[in-house]
Amino acid sequence: MAAAIAAKKNGCRDVVLIERDKILGGILNQCIHDGFGLHRFGEALTGPEYAQRYMDEFHDLGIEALLGTIVLSMDKNRGLQVSSRKGFFQIDAGAIVLAMGCRERTAGAISLPGTRPAGIYTAGAAQNMINLQNIMVGKRAVILGSGDIGMIMARRMILEGAAVEAVFEILPYPSGLQRNIQQCLNDYGIPLFLSTTVTEVHGGDRLTGVTVARVDEKKQPIAGTSRFVPCDTLLLSIGLIPENELTRQASIAMAPRTSGAFVDDTLMTSIPGVFSCGNVLHVHDLVDWVSEEASQAGAFAATYLNGELPVKRTPVKIEPGRGVGYVMPQEASGLKDFTISLRVSEPGRDQYVSVRDGGRKIVRKKKVCLHPAEMVRIQVKAEKLQSAKVLEVGIE
Amino acid sequence: MTKQHDVIIIGAGVVGNAIARELSRFDLDVAVLEKELDVAMGTSSRNSGVIHSGIHYKPGTTRARLNVQGNAMMTDLCRELKVKIEYIGKLTVAQDDTDVKELERLKEQGEANGVPGLEIIDGREMQQRQPGVGGIKALWSPTTGIICPYGLTIALAENAVANGVTFYLGRSVKSLSWADARFSLTTSTGEHFAAPIVINAAGLYADQICRMLGIEEYRIYPCRGEYLILDKRLEGSLSVLVYPAPRKGKAGLGIHLTNTVDGNILIGPSNEYVGAPNDYACTAEIMAQLKKEGHELLPELSTSDFIRNFSGLRPKQVPPEVGGFKDFVIESRKDFPGFINLLGIESPGLTCSPAIAGMVRDMVAEKRPLIPKEVFVSERPGFSGFFSERTAEEKSDLVAQNPDYGEIVCRCEQITKKEVLDAIQNPLGVRTIAGIKYRSRAMMGRCQGGFCMPRIVQILKRDFGYRPEDYLLFSENSPLFSGRIREENATHA
Repeated sequence: MAAAIAAKKNGCRDVVLIERDKILGGILNQCIHDGFGLHRFGEALTGPEYAQRYMDEFHDLGIEALLGTIVLSMDKNRGLQVSSRKGFFQIDAGAIVLAMGCRERTAGAISLPGTRPAGIYTAGAAQNMINLQNIMVGKRAVILGSGDIGMIMARRMILEGAAVEAVFEILPYPSGLQRNIQQCLNDYGIPLFLSTTVTEVHGGDRLTGVTVARVDEKKQPIAGTSRFVPCDTLLLSIGLIPENELTRQASIAMAPRTSGAFVDDTLMTSIPGVFSCGNVLHVHDLVDWVSEEASQAGAFAATYLNGELPVKRTPVKIEPGRGVGYVMPQEASGLKDFTISLRVSEPGRDQYVSVRDGGRKIVRKKKVCLHPAEMVRIQVKAEKLQSAKVLEVGIE
Repeated sequence: MTKQHDVIIIGAGVVGNAIARELSRFDLDVAVLEKELDVAMGTSSRNSGVIHSGIHYKPGTTRARLNVQGNAMMTDLCRELKVKIEYIGKLTVAQDDTDVKELERLKEQGEANGVPGLEIIDGREMQQRQPGVGGIKALWSPTTGIICPYGLTIALAENAVANGVTFYLGRSVKSLSWADARFSLTTSTGEHFAAPIVINAAGLYADQICRMLGIEEYRIYPCRGEYLILDKRLEGSLSVLVYPAPRKGKAGLGIHLTNTVDGNILIGPSNEYVGAPNDYACTAEIMAQLKKEGHELLPELSTSDFIRNFSGLRPKQVPPEVGGFKDFVIESRKDFPGFINLLGIESPGLTCSPAIAGMVRDMVAEKRPLIPKEVFVSERPGFSGFFSERTAEEKSDLVAQNPDYGEIVCRCEQITKKEVLDAIQNPLGVRTIAGIKYRSRAMMGRCQGGFCMPRIVQILKRDFGYRPEDYLLFSENSPLFSGRIREENATHA
């Protein structure tokens, strides 16, 4: 919605939003907890409230939405094959903004050992059941993975009367935001065990328990540390994967570190006129930055259609350096100011995030606390980029 | 009250269902007793889905004969039942001269069994058939194919139902006795059944059924094979099946890549004896080994390509200390006239199933005359495969005819609401979530139902009145949910 609104406001008259769900708002609709919009609106909103703000603006601008409509394929000429109850048809677009979001990693994706009983859910699927369908998934839960949705669901299970045994995290540090550790786990007395994972699932029909064990630096279980934890429900919060099947199918170049499209500082992909933003580009931790990025993508799409997008002559490459997991964008025109989003590889305190061109310092910014769970954003001024070729973003 | 039938088949796997469908051609009252809530819940759904050519078995054995016969019958059967099958062919690859001798032996053996089209080809021709495959020579068997094993098993059952066979699901046989030329059975539900002919197609439990009658000479040793399922992204990286030449002392056919008719590739199976006929656990050690071997066989494989793992059990007749194969038992018992006993139907049981059905039909015919029905419906309605596999024009027409085809419920596999509704309203009356999955393919993709499972739950609630306790994954004791969060009033729901 943010991209559609921005495209419309920037002069694109014919904007259509294709949404596979029957309502707008996406995953926000099932996120009934608060904490959304602190940056964007300066207040703590619930997911549906946050989505409503955009829906109101979307409708006020008279933008068309094709609901219950799914894109089955996309080609290199920006042709989309879509399907809905009304029919199966083709849409040709001058510009496309990809905003398909991400999906959760599953038990199969991590090859969880043991049996395959009922009672194993991704945290998001359980959230859908509880918050949208009035269905309780179980009575005694274990959470594997300390991603934000997992911690939020740990609290939600307690609030709905279930017992939550613990949250187990294979990494030596949590995967989610500090505020969720405090508000969802500590405030409810739910223990968080780091460097610990589920090594076996038990139960032939419904889950009866899991074996957990501490792991070493190579994430291998340490002999003699395993124990059985009885439970009837296992919620997985073990990572999010940008949903880029359409992107790949259209042969758009991908950035391996983000699992999203390779983009420049206008968020344009390797196909001219196709832009990417939000969780399909790289997984965010705050919706506020998703919306901001989407607004930029929508505005750039409109600018592209007007033929006003700056022409890249020799683009500047942007690469992750020491201590950095990924950077986005991966390329910049060097003609205008832009923001680099990045994630660090491991937690640290009192460090500097630096952007260098060879040995030359472009930006260097002190950060009191750096954590892989929290995305870092660094502003880069165009005036500092004269003749830069490769920018390396590192932690010092 | 005792339910009387002419023939009772125990076990609704591919063998039991193929027999049921074959017998449904005749004027007979046939029933199938199945302990699970659906068909194809054991070995029939948990295998590589390969239609074997018949090169691996000793000439003169029942297994060799039925394999070649069954392979030839599959084309017509699959056309009638609208089941996808592809004869893609197989390369059995030799790495050294010892392996080459083994290939020559297999070719000779295959020809003795009547396998058509066998050829030993050189490295260059191997590369043409499957680029990247390593080895010096290979045996090419063009009649090796792939099929959806549970798809076939379900289709056989549905066609049998259309021809009057009764399926009693969720009935585990608890006792079986014989007196006055009749068999009496009781089930876990407390029901009584009786028939003059009983066919034991209980697979992993076939020895237990035998023991109920006092037949003690058989024992099944479950031997587990674990598999990994790969993302469809890799579809096309394998155009034929590639197996290593068998080495001495190995019980299975070796770990290999298998393409499926639905576009996923399987890595597996492993080979490990287990204690119980329902021990379907997957182990960290074997999955790590499969991943390692998978990377060697398919270098472009990445960790995000593993979407699911599963295991199946081979009903072997040989204990681990003996190893190897033992021929299928398919016998009409003299000591219990009317008891037709099938046991140890491991690989290539799937391929053999239509031929086994023919053999059993002839055994039944020895007991009573078989009169063909006036009307036998040989074809299953609908089309083979899925909506997503149709052409753009066909899709367009189908959506115009029925808007439920336009609504995609499972985004990973692009399964439509119509296909999900058809799966829910299946002819066997199966009501489990796994049943919907096996029939529609929804929830089988890379997100493993994360997206569509809640939507299917909603369809079941709105259109079929499911309450939270009605959702079962696959068995009575596998409820998905524990209840409602709060009371609902009808108008609000």
